[in-house]
Parts: sequence; structure tokens; C-alpha cells
Amino acid sequence: MNEIKRPQTTAQKILAAHSGKEYVDKGEIIDASVDITLGNDITMPLAIKEFKKMGARKVFDRKKVVMVPDHFTPNKDIKSAEQCKIMRYFAREHNIVNYFEVGQMGIEHALLPEKGIVLPGHLVVGADSHTCTYGALGAASTGIGSTDLAVAMATGKLWFMVPGTIKFILTGVPGEWITGKDIILYIIGMIGVAGALYKSMEFTGPAANLLSMDSRFTISNMAIEAGGKFGIFEVDDKTIEYVRSRSKKEYIIYKSDDDAEYENIIQIDCSKIELQVAFPHLPSNTRNASDSQDVKIDQVVIGSCTNGRMEDLRMAAEILKGRKVARGIRTIIIPATQKIYLDALREGLIEIFIESGCVVSTPTCGPCLGGHMGVLAEGERAVSTTNRNFVGRMGHPKSEVYLSGPAVAAASAVTGTITTPEEVL
Amino acid sequence: MIIKDRVIKYGDNVDTDVIIPARYLNTSSEKELALHCFEDLDGEFIDKVKTRKIIVGGENFGCGSSREHAPLSIKASGVKAVIARSFARIFYRNAINIGLPVMISSEAADINDNDELEIDLDKGKIRDMTTGKVFSAPPLPDFIQKIITSGGYVNFIRRKLLSKR
Ligand code: SF4
Repeated sequence: MNEIKRPQTTAQKILAAHSGKEYVDKGEIIDASVDITLGNDITMPLAIKEFKKMGARKVFDRKKVVMVPDHFTPNKDIKSAEQCKIMRYFAREHNIVNYFEVGQMGIEHALLPEKGIVLPGHLVVGADSHTCTYGALGAASTGIGSTDLAVAMATGKLWFMVPGTIKFILTGVPGEWITGKDIILYIIGMIGVAGALYKSMEFTGPAANLLSMDSRFTISNMAIEAGGKFGIFEVDDKTIEYVRSRSKKEYIIYKSDDDAEYENIIQIDCSKIELQVAFPHLPSNTRNASDSQDVKIDQVVIGSCTNGRMEDLRMAAEILKGRKVARGIRTIIIPATQKIYLDALREGLIEIFIESGCVVSTPTCGPCLGGHMGVLAEGERAVSTTNRNFVGRMGHPKSEVYLSGPAVAAASAVTGTITTPEEVL
Repeated sequence: MIIKDRVIKYGDNVDTDVIIPARYLNTSSEKELALHCFEDLDGEFIDKVKTRKIIVGGENFGCGSSREHAPLSIKASGVKAVIARSFARIFYRNAINIGLPVMISSEAADINDNDELEIDLDKGKIRDMTTGKVFSAPPLPDFIQKIITSGGYVNFIRRKLLSKR
């Protein structure tokens, strides 16, 4: 008997393939095998506790369980050192292949793609909400909590509800200085922080292909900021080139059928998007950077899993080269991984940063979550290339975070107020 | 299960950073986490929760990070249930997994701060004793009910693992 094939989105296809089915329906609950699990120094200790409670003895595959101590590392205090120790000992006990110690580590969501750990078509779960970053590689990848992680580590499986999909067709040619950050802030400003709640966001269209891999990672990274479960890009030549230079493993490319069912299809003309800034205290509170003047700032942070990659550092260096950070402004630059740090050093970017009066930190999440390396005092304001500006996110509950891409952040460092690059160049 | 208690009400987009700020995430001790629950949103929460143990939120409750510390700190502070118009997906999963009852009710906006509620979790019924209104919440999928009746995801899996040995 010949069954008629029902059209599916990329998210549906990946979930179907991982649960041994031909087709999965929106809203269906499935039990699926995962390719990679991820945990960090905040979420792993709790997951290890649950792992033991459930009587698990071994992880399902020591090559597929990834652990990265990146949030409070190099350890900022005794308590965080104890948390890291729990994870480190567990990694040793279970002979975990992809445990990255300080010195090898980077911010998890920059590190995993860079190391070739996540591949197109993978189903990935990570106990960190920005696990959706790997959607840039054509993977279905999402954040979970520590109990879910414990179950996934023990069994290699997890339950999923199949999400509906919103398709974003990106057209036009993005203007100068416009990167993935401006596009995703623009989208979140348009649909709101719950605009894609429980949905898969799918990014496609000619402008998507124009974007660098770094910009795509930034966009997928912030899918969660619209409530999204996945943030999936179509795999193209750039994706394949990126992956091929990092992994020899086989992978499968999934692509949405043309007649797949979408909950919504939204066209975005990227040529119309200006540099964006999200004002406190929601990532959806966006404005054009050109309308954001006379906001005086105290600190600039360029880094994080959103914007700590080479494209970001290069752009910041282009603006900071030969200029000085404004008096009284602390500018903190955090390359996301050791490799990015080294590449930036070899390209001379680190020298530019230091000469302009920035501090450059070893890879860490640090100030992004108000952990360390740049926590704000009461009443202080920061322009930051991170992804969240919730109350208290970078420090004192009465401090403020303005989210932007690297160009606005670097230009603002030079003037001490929110500034577009044109104003300083 | 029937829960009867009074309401602490918050607005839309209550995020995990205000539920439990990251500066306290260098521990996984539930008791310690409970001491700082909602600290940056409502300095009086710790006092309020002594006599009011149901939280009602608006849209997208629990948005932000995947930290299970958020529902854990709520549960450890004594809260018996959270009702919201909608939940962020990771928070929702986490709450179910750790056994913190969560209910989606599109009419949550009609419940006032301090109202007394009677919740029937199995039937998905919410009765507001103060206003006399009755709301219904969609029933949970079978699979999720199984997790809850097992006493959380850990117990559910524990049984599965043991039966395999
Ligand atoms: S850089 Fe920030 S958003 Fe990214 S994983 Fe670290 S804390 Fe989370």
C-alpha cells in the first residue's frame, strides 16, 4: 500500500527521525533519542543529584554527554568552585570525552559548534536556555532543565511535544554594520517575548543565505527570547563548509517541504532594518539605535554566547581602532572561546582593544548573567551585546542593560552614550 | 488533589532572573534558594508566602533561563501551585518534572491578589471563593499525568530503570 507522504517542517522531520517515525503531528508527544546532551556549572550539579536519585549508574553514551564549566569560571568564589568540582568529578568518573576544563573551555554555545560536536539534523538538548543556538547549523536544539537533563543523560531519550512552526523569510540586503543581532532584536521587537512561545522559528530566504555563520548563531541564540523552542536555519553551502572543517562525521540534512503547514509566515525586509537597541527590561523593548541618544552609560560589554565571536570582535575593533574608550566608561571584551581569543590575538584585535582602554577577559559568561567580571552597581547602565536585559540581569536590581550588536556597543564605548558607528567614524 | 489557599498575584513575563537571581546560583540547596525567591520582583514575597501559597501570573510566566532553581525555589518556599495565562516552555516542563503543580488558565487575569482559591488539579477546576467565579484549565496530556502521579520525572524514570534490571 502506498501511503501519501504528508508534508512536514524541518522541526517535524528531525523529531520524526529521532523517534522512529515517518511523520509526527503538531502537538503530538513523542519519546525521542537525542544526539547530544549539554550541561554547565550551574545546571549540571543539580542534574547529577537527580541522576543519582533515579538510580542511574552510567551515562547513555560518554561521547554524547557534553559538559562545560563556563558561567562562574574561572571560579569566582568558594561556592562556585564546589559546584564545578561536582561536575569535574562526575566527568572523571564517567570518562566523559567532551568535558572542557578551564583552559580549553569557552562559552558553551560558541564552543560546541566550533568543536564540531553539533551537526545538521541533530536533536540536541541542553540544560541552558540558549541551547537553541545550534539551530544555525540546521539542528533541532533546545533548552531543558536539570531533571530533564538527568533523564536524557541516563537514557539517551526525552519526551518532546512537537511544536508548530513560524517561518521567517528574510529578504533584502542588510545595511552596513547590520548583523544578526539587529535582525533578531527587530524580530523580537515585532512579535514580542512570547511571540513564538512553544514554536519552532524557521529562518529562510535570500538574506538568510547572505548572513555569516556567526550572525546566524546570534539569531538562533535569541529564538528563546521570543519564547521559541527551536530557531532553525536552512542548511546551505556556508553551513556545510563550516561543519566540514570541524567534523568528519556523517550527518543528514532536513529541509521543510514547500507545502508544510506553518502557523504563520512572516516576511522581513532586512534592508529596512536599522541598528537596534533593546531598552530595559525586556529584549522586545527595541528601538532604532539612532533614536536612542542621550542615554548615558557606565559600562560596555562585548561578548557572550550571542556576540562573542570573530565577526563581533572584528566589528568592534574596526570602530575602536585608534580611538579611546570615553573617560569613566568600563569596556569589557570577552572572546567566547579560547580559539576565538587566540584568533583575535593573532589578528591584532586584542592589541586594538587594550590600546583603546578596554579590558579583555578570558572566555566566561561572567557579566552576562551578573555573575562576575563586570557586575553593575545600583543605578548603573550598560550597553551589552548579550541577550537578556531583565531586572537585575547584570547586577543590582536597579541597574539597567541595553542590548545591542557589537557596532553600537563599540561606538557607545567611545562616546559614553548610546551611539551609532557613523557618529564616531 | 485539592489545594485551598490565597493568591499572590504578579504580571506578565515574570522571568527566571527575578524568580531567582543568578547571583544565588552558586548553590543547588533548595532551602537557600527559597530564601531569595522573587527577591528582585517583590521584596515582601518571603513574608507573603507564609499565609498565601498560590501564585497567579499573566502571560509567559517563567520566561528566560532554563534554571530549574526557579521552580525549585518557588516550591521550597512553600508555594502549592502556580496558575498563569501561559508559561514559558522550559519553566513549565521543569515545574512538572519536580512536582510543582502548574495550571494554564486563560482567565487567570480575573483572579485578584489575595483572593482565596480552591483548585482541583485532577479535574482542572479553579474556584475563586472570594468572587464566586469558577474557571477551568485544560487537562494535562496523559503522559504528563503519569509523570505527576509517579511523583515527578525522577521517580517515573527510576521505576523504568529498576524494572529493566
Ligand atoms: S553567555 Fe549569558 S546567555 Fe550565554 S550561556 Fe552564558 S550566561 Fe547564558
